[in-house]
Amino acid sequence: MSGGYNFAYLDEQTKRMIRRAILKAVAIPGHQVPFGSREMPLPYGWGTGGIQVTASIIGPDDTLKVIDQGADDTTNAVSIRRFFARTAGVAGTTRTEAASIIQTRHRIPETALREGQIIVYQVPQPEPLSRLEPSRVETRRMHALADYGLMHVRLYEDVARLGQVAISYDYPVMVNNRYLMAPTPIPSFDNPKMDMMPALQLFGAGREKRIYAVPPYTSVKSLDFEDHPFRPLRAAHECGLCGAADSYLDEVVTDDRGGRLFVCSDTDYCERRRADGHVGRDGMAEAAQ
Amino acid sequence: MAYVAVKGGEKAIDAAHAWLAETRRGDTAVPELSVAQIAEQMARAVDRVMAEGSLYDRELAALAIKQAQGDLVEAAFLLRAYRTTLPRFAHAEPVRTEEMAIRRRISATYKDLPGGQVLGPTTDYTHRLLDFSLLADGARPEAPVAAEGVAAMGHMHRVLRHEGIIEDDAPQAVHETEGAPGDLTRAPLAFPAGRDVRLQALARGDEGFVLAMGYSTQRGWGGSHPFAGEIRMGEVSVEITPPELGFTIDIGDITLTECQMVNQFKGSKTEPPQFTRGYGLVFGHAERKAMGMALVDRAMRTEELGGEATAPAQNIEFVLYHCDNVEGTGFTEHLKLPHYVDFQSELENVRRLRATALKEAAE
Repeated sequence: MSGGYNFAYLDEQTKRMIRRAILKAVAIPGHQVPFGSREMPLPYGWGTGGIQVTASIIGPDDTLKVIDQGADDTTNAVSIRRFFARTAGVAGTTRTEAASIIQTRHRIPETALREGQIIVYQVPQPEPLSRLEPSRVETRRMHALADYGLMHVRLYEDVARLGQVAISYDYPVMVNNRYLMAPTPIPSFDNPKMDMMPALQLFGAGREKRIYAVPPYTSVKSLDFEDHPFRPLRAAHECGLCGAADSYLDEVVTDDRGGRLFVCSDTDYCERRRADGHVGRDGMAEAAQ
Repeated sequence: MAYVAVKGGEKAIDAAHAWLAETRRGDTAVPELSVAQIAEQMARAVDRVMAEGSLYDRELAALAIKQAQGDLVEAAFLLRAYRTTLPRFAHAEPVRTEEMAIRRRISATYKDLPGGQVLGPTTDYTHRLLDFSLLADGARPEAPVAAEGVAAMGHMHRVLRHEGIIEDDAPQAVHETEGAPGDLTRAPLAFPAGRDVRLQALARGDEGFVLAMGYSTQRGWGGSHPFAGEIRMGEVSVEITPPELGFTIDIGDITLTECQMVNQFKGSKTEPPQFTRGYGLVFGHAERKAMGMALVDRAMRTEELGGEATAPAQNIEFVLYHCDNVEGTGFTEHLKLPHYVDFQSELENVRRLRATALKEAAE
């Protein structure tokens, strides 16, 4: 623990204010609750909202996993994990099922989350309508009236012009049949994992000063049309290292002649599959080196 | 395989920080810059960092400038992140700028007025020629001292107030957030935003943004016929009234720059034609900021005064959501963070769209 600062950096009054916002958010699934976001010692856009949410709910007995792009070892994930190791002294883990709190940016782990776990999303833009209506005065009114015609029209225009909905990440979802919600910039591949998830999902947007939540076992539906059902996107390959055919893949450029290696974005999932003896096409080559 | 899972992010971060620290110090053959030197000799930079960092502390602002290698937005960020951890033990009484110990006070609306025009330490009439004598170690030139000191002087708008031809302070209070003045650092922005919150946002706002917004109103994007009614700079006392004492005590002086813009107003259904005011108040000696702020403040009052908000500077939501450079720099620069998961989904998306389009073209 770092001297001079409170446990998990934030003072207890601030944590209480944030917990109140979280409770309200849980009570109204998908609704964006304004909160007195603090200026954190990390820049806006680096996960200040997620960090504040995590700091407000974490206790000394928690085990924290932090991922960015699905990986535990990306620089910002390392930086945030260090922040909590330094200010809260909590144990860290890379194993999804061993974590009580998972803070994430841009992914939901492949390993299904269970009851009792909390996943905290870092949110750059909490307003799902922001690209269609820049004024928050207007979008708040739309949410109040559940007036989401603008988004349906936007999806319809994609279908009319391109034959399909052309949103691949931050794909809008309807929560509990009431609020339109930004799932954060996770690939649409991850959207179905949000639906009826046994774990509590919390969303923190520091710069925009909003918190929202999806309680366990809550309906989260990706917007679609009867004749154009939602289709999550995934590269049509197997993981080159572990052979997984069901995971979200990163495309790694291996040379300048079009060479590609597709590997799991979820590093924990991939490592554990390989430890269990699964081998992908390129995993053999790597092992042989 | 060429691919090696990227490990060692932790080591890379440590090495980057070490390199940064080394770069900050620069050539060790050159003497190290002291915080006191920055505070004394780069005072305008210190003023700006205090204003945008929302913390009046010359030493810490100078430290932040040193730590940030002179990057003033980064320095303001450092100061803010420190400020947010400080306990609040009292709220100050409103500062009385009419009792300011004047170092500078000018009015563009009157040739002379009670208290007179006091130029003070201004660059206004300097010729912008590089002073090569500063390349050598310069001695401190002695400024002449007037035989008579400058007494406190009332605000210029009071002159017009006698005639009732300029709006008073009172009606504006109506537009304040209910109860105590709002505080953006404690409560999220909400709309309609009271003038108290708007002024706080501008006072903390980026000097460049506020300047550009104010400038845009002069060029026709929401013109408001401004006159620089008064600009003053000097020291004011900060006073608090601790509940356990029950009386007011002076806890120190701060330097402020205040600007009162005077704007023509044709009147409305309820108000006769009169002059209205835009207000700017900034930590330190910061006239550019105070004047820009006063222009934007007045522009944001357009709807309140019965006009239609059409220009960017008149759009309260636009100005308030984008004037903060710590927020702006964070979100703009966050694009540096890895986004390869989303980019991958976009790759698949565009590949699928292309396949559809090419197939249709072939049919």
